[in-house]
Amino acid sequence: MRLPAFLHRSEAAVALVLLAAIVIIGAINPAFWQPDNIFNLVRANVVIGIMALAVLLVMISGGIDVSFPAFAAAAMYLTVIAMNHFGYQGVVLPFIAATLIGAFCGLLNAVFIHTFRMIPLIVTLGTASVVRGLLLGLVGTSIVNIDRMPQSLIGFGRSTVSIAGSQLTLMIFVYLGLAVLVWLFLTRTMLGRGLHAYGGDPESARRVGFPTRRIVYAVYIAAGALAGFAGLLHASMIWLANPRDFVGYELDVIAAVVLGGASIFGGRGSVLGTILGVALLVLIKNSLIILRVDNTWQSVVVGAVIVVATAVTALRDRRKAKAGS
Amino acid sequence: MGKFDFRRIIDRDNNIAQLLIITLVIFATMSFLEPSRFLRYYNFESISFIFPELGILAIAMMLAMLTGGIDLSVIGVANLSGILAGVFFTRIMVAEPGATGLEEVMRVGSGALLAMMVGLIAGLINGLLIAKTKITPILATLGTGQIFVGLCVVLTGGPAITGFPAYWGMIGNGKVFGIAAPLVLFLLVAITIALVLTRTPFGTKLMLIGTNPRAAVFAGLRSERMIILSYMTTGVLASIAGIMLSGRTNAAKSDYGTSYLLQAVLIAVLGGTNPAGGRGTVLGVSIAVIALMLLSSGFQMMRFSNHLIDFIWGAFLLIVIAINAFRNRAR
Amino acid sequence: MQAPLIELTSITKRFPGMTALNNVDFSIEPAEIVCLAGENGSGKSTLIKVLSGIYRPEQGRLVFDGEEIATLSPREAIARGVQVIYQDFSLFPNLTVAENLALSRFLGEKRQLMNRAEARRIGQEALDRLGVSIDLEAEVGSLSTADRQLVAIARALMSPVRLLVMDEPTTALTGREIDRLFALVREIKAKGIAVLFVSHKMREMLEISERIVIFRNGRKVAEGSTADFTEGSITKAMTGQDIGGERYEGPASDAPIRLAVSGLSVPGRVEDVSFSLRSGEIVGLSGLLGSGRTELALALFGLSPDHGGRIEIDGHAIEAKDVNAAIDAGIAYVPEDRLSEGLFMTQSIARNINAGVIDRLSSGPFVDKTAFSQAAEDTVSSLRIATPGIEKAVGLLSGGNQQRVVIGRWLQTGPKVLILNGPTVGVDVGSKAEIHRQLRKLAVENGLAVLMISDDVPELIQNCNRILLMHRGRLIDEIQAVGVEEDDIHARLKGLD
Repeated sequence: MRLPAFLHRSEAAVALVLLAAIVIIGAINPAFWQPDNIFNLVRANVVIGIMALAVLLVMISGGIDVSFPAFAAAAMYLTVIAMNHFGYQGVVLPFIAATLIGAFCGLLNAVFIHTFRMIPLIVTLGTASVVRGLLLGLVGTSIVNIDRMPQSLIGFGRSTVSIAGSQLTLMIFVYLGLAVLVWLFLTRTMLGRGLHAYGGDPESARRVGFPTRRIVYAVYIAAGALAGFAGLLHASMIWLANPRDFVGYELDVIAAVVLGGASIFGGRGSVLGTILGVALLVLIKNSLIILRVDNTWQSVVVGAVIVVATAVTALRDRRKAKAGS
Repeated sequence: MGKFDFRRIIDRDNNIAQLLIITLVIFATMSFLEPSRFLRYYNFESISFIFPELGILAIAMMLAMLTGGIDLSVIGVANLSGILAGVFFTRIMVAEPGATGLEEVMRVGSGALLAMMVGLIAGLINGLLIAKTKITPILATLGTGQIFVGLCVVLTGGPAITGFPAYWGMIGNGKVFGIAAPLVLFLLVAITIALVLTRTPFGTKLMLIGTNPRAAVFAGLRSERMIILSYMTTGVLASIAGIMLSGRTNAAKSDYGTSYLLQAVLIAVLGGTNPAGGRGTVLGVSIAVIALMLLSSGFQMMRFSNHLIDFIWGAFLLIVIAINAFRNRAR
Repeated sequence: MQAPLIELTSITKRFPGMTALNNVDFSIEPAEIVCLAGENGSGKSTLIKVLSGIYRPEQGRLVFDGEEIATLSPREAIARGVQVIYQDFSLFPNLTVAENLALSRFLGEKRQLMNRAEARRIGQEALDRLGVSIDLEAEVGSLSTADRQLVAIARALMSPVRLLVMDEPTTALTGREIDRLFALVREIKAKGIAVLFVSHKMREMLEISERIVIFRNGRKVAEGSTADFTEGSITKAMTGQDIGGERYEGPASDAPIRLAVSGLSVPGRVEDVSFSLRSGEIVGLSGLLGSGRTELALALFGLSPDHGGRIEIDGHAIEAKDVNAAIDAGIAYVPEDRLSEGLFMTQSIARNINAGVIDRLSSGPFVDKTAFSQAAEDTVSSLRIATPGIEKAVGLLSGGNQQRVVIGRWLQTGPKVLILNGPTVGVDVGSKAEIHRQLRKLAVENGLAVLMISDDVPELIQNCNRILLMHRGRLIDEIQAVGVEEDDIHARLKGLD
């Protein structure tokens, strides 16, 4: 049987699975369809989604990043502490600061991965430990709770729009705006296309004259920047800044990006697929209660989703390899 | 097997020499900075109780790296093993009042076997996913690791399981002829794995497969079977670490030892293991774990917080990467 | 006479353990077609990489248009009009044809943004210039080899190119595709562009080039107008010796049949192939790349479990369902790509030799170290592998010695049928003759049946009793090597399409 061309794209497959999951969950428990529930799900997409954009960039380059949770925590906590220290109330400057802190951490990754040519997984494990260790060891371990949290950030994070009597967070538009930016970067800029080329074949990219050094640096700096931004956004959405936050996020985010069709070997992956992958992962994680499954099963379910999704991808790639060449 | 010639070992692998130097420098520095506390017998004794868990996890990690893989599920496997043993002791084979010593030993023995079965099965699952389904090791073990951690949460509901038998605690806290039981266990494991890797057909084949997986297929090395076996071994080692951890703390929990994952990778790489496969020795990993243990115990004495010690471990990893990069460039 | 476009003087480039280029002079003029010839490892590729700025020579002068350049970067080389089409084409399989074509132009213009419509337009123009039509939106990974090469040529010609270097461009092409390529090369020349054609195929050199430069062991050993060369003189210059020598006699015609293949098929690759090999026979198998010859060998070696047909060894049917079944049945296979498929480069020579028989060299749970070393030593001495010791890494050996290690590995498994895919590719001349001698000896003394897959027609004629030709998955011809001339076989190969 020959399927229409658009169905061969991995985004279409993810979209279909997502749709099916929504229909099934909605059928099992109609409470799913309440706007509050749906808006909560949307809200849960925002921070993971922005981090997933960061990981998408890294994965297209053929790398992997497990340091972004530490970078996000550092950017968030340092910014909030500094704001409290100076008594600064504002939104734009703090977000710029958090983004820059993240970008600086990303630079660290780039130096070790490009200049010292070490496997990204191991480098990012190391930088994660360095950044988190410094943050907790030198800056502090205490949580900045709602009383001490800068009001400007809380105000920003709670901005919503009222639809059908329920509140939809405006942060979703921040996320989608960033997604569009990343999409434009990936598809419309030379650096973005160079990133695809590099991920497809680094040696050829060098020969053709792509600025490979600049590509690798740009990828890890951008990923760090996105993580830093997401970190502060997270704090302003939950009204507290916890330097131990985001532990274990790497699993969910990498799972979401892989679900969205990006290849861990580089060269393949799309913003649309990533958005869908994030939506699918968030849906599954947050619908266990609605499905009346005990919440302790969450990790098992997420792990199973990763294994099944990667197994399906691996089998598909193998079939393709057999049919081609 | 001629007599033990140290010079030959160093010649063969100057990574070992580099490691020994690093260890000596750390030892000398710490002795100089904190002579009164660092050089006490008690300090080394407490290290000998703590490092074996990590050392075994690092050897497990090295095994996975030998075939160019990685096992991110080792901590999940270790905790799941400890928790299942805990469940076994507290719900299935509960201590009977007035049980004889022999009966208790039998009970502890069955618990240990059960725990190691967990590692064996977990490793089999990882191996099948990696060798048969051809999922990249990072993603496969990330996923299964999540499942194992999840099962820990499901089994315990969150809090730690306690109430391990006294003999179980001996594995983590006891002494054999005045030597820490974990250290004895570590030596047994290390020597066994070293023999397996250097002297048996299995070890030789693993090295070859790791060096060039494609050539291994053309040489008829039955790579799939060997890779599955190697992940099963990794799993069993992880569960031994889990037994030691739960024995030492008399508890098992879903999130114990999470910082061990990074440390195990770090020690494996530092110990001269090539993460791309084909190279790695038990000796290197063992020296690396001792070096890092001396380092962190020294910093602990200087009142560095555990977080700063995490930082130092990470920085150490990055520095070693940088040094090796420069050395390779110079060559 | 015009000034040369590029002139290299006394270029020396060393690598650890070898001198890749030794005091080499080389020049090319505008609109000149030059063939750079030499065996593998002669320094051809190194010279290309020096020309394109990837390698910096330790010594020597680079002059472009009369201007000396101290250090040539890849970017500088491109800016000066040097375009290289490597054997792997350096295309991006995950990008579309249009992008592959347009990106390097955009890069050259130092653009920051990507304009898809313009990329398509540029791509279309580039393809039109060559007079070919390829779907611009197709991913390059999905194209045929010939189409990918056309994309690579089209890409190279988009920039203000003055020298086009083509590295072994005909390897994967059919006869008609080669003709089309040559026509294209002449058109390119007509535009005033110099073409440096790197090849080791003599007929092509004589057909396309105006001047031939020959390298051997990092030195330039001959140079001159193509008209002054013959196949014989090129070969002699490339190899440093006359070929010819004795042809292989082969066994008596009533020698027992070792391997009998009937109706062998691999879906989409090999169709209904039947042949047999007698004990002591060396049979050649040739055909273009993609003709199914490698797939046939892989099926015999158990790497195509979905194959159909019947394989018999010594009259018993075997199931080649995996590699180990094939090995147990007595089939050995020396793969095409020694580096990626044959050897464990950083491992010791002993381990490489014994890789297939580790279990047999064990007693109890452990490897028997004495037996292990002894087996390796025996192989080293019987195949005359030149090495300081069996514990050295196999990567330190020369190509010919490495190939002998791979052959030696198979001799340990006691094979009845030995399949070699490109047995002497990348092997120096002396070693080549030695490998041939040993293969003959194995056939005669051990009664092996040898199937030799090769592009090297003289090699086939010299060593084989019969030569099988494959095309599009089918066996189309069987040629008795006795009395056959090289030209006959070339003509047969050329006629295929």
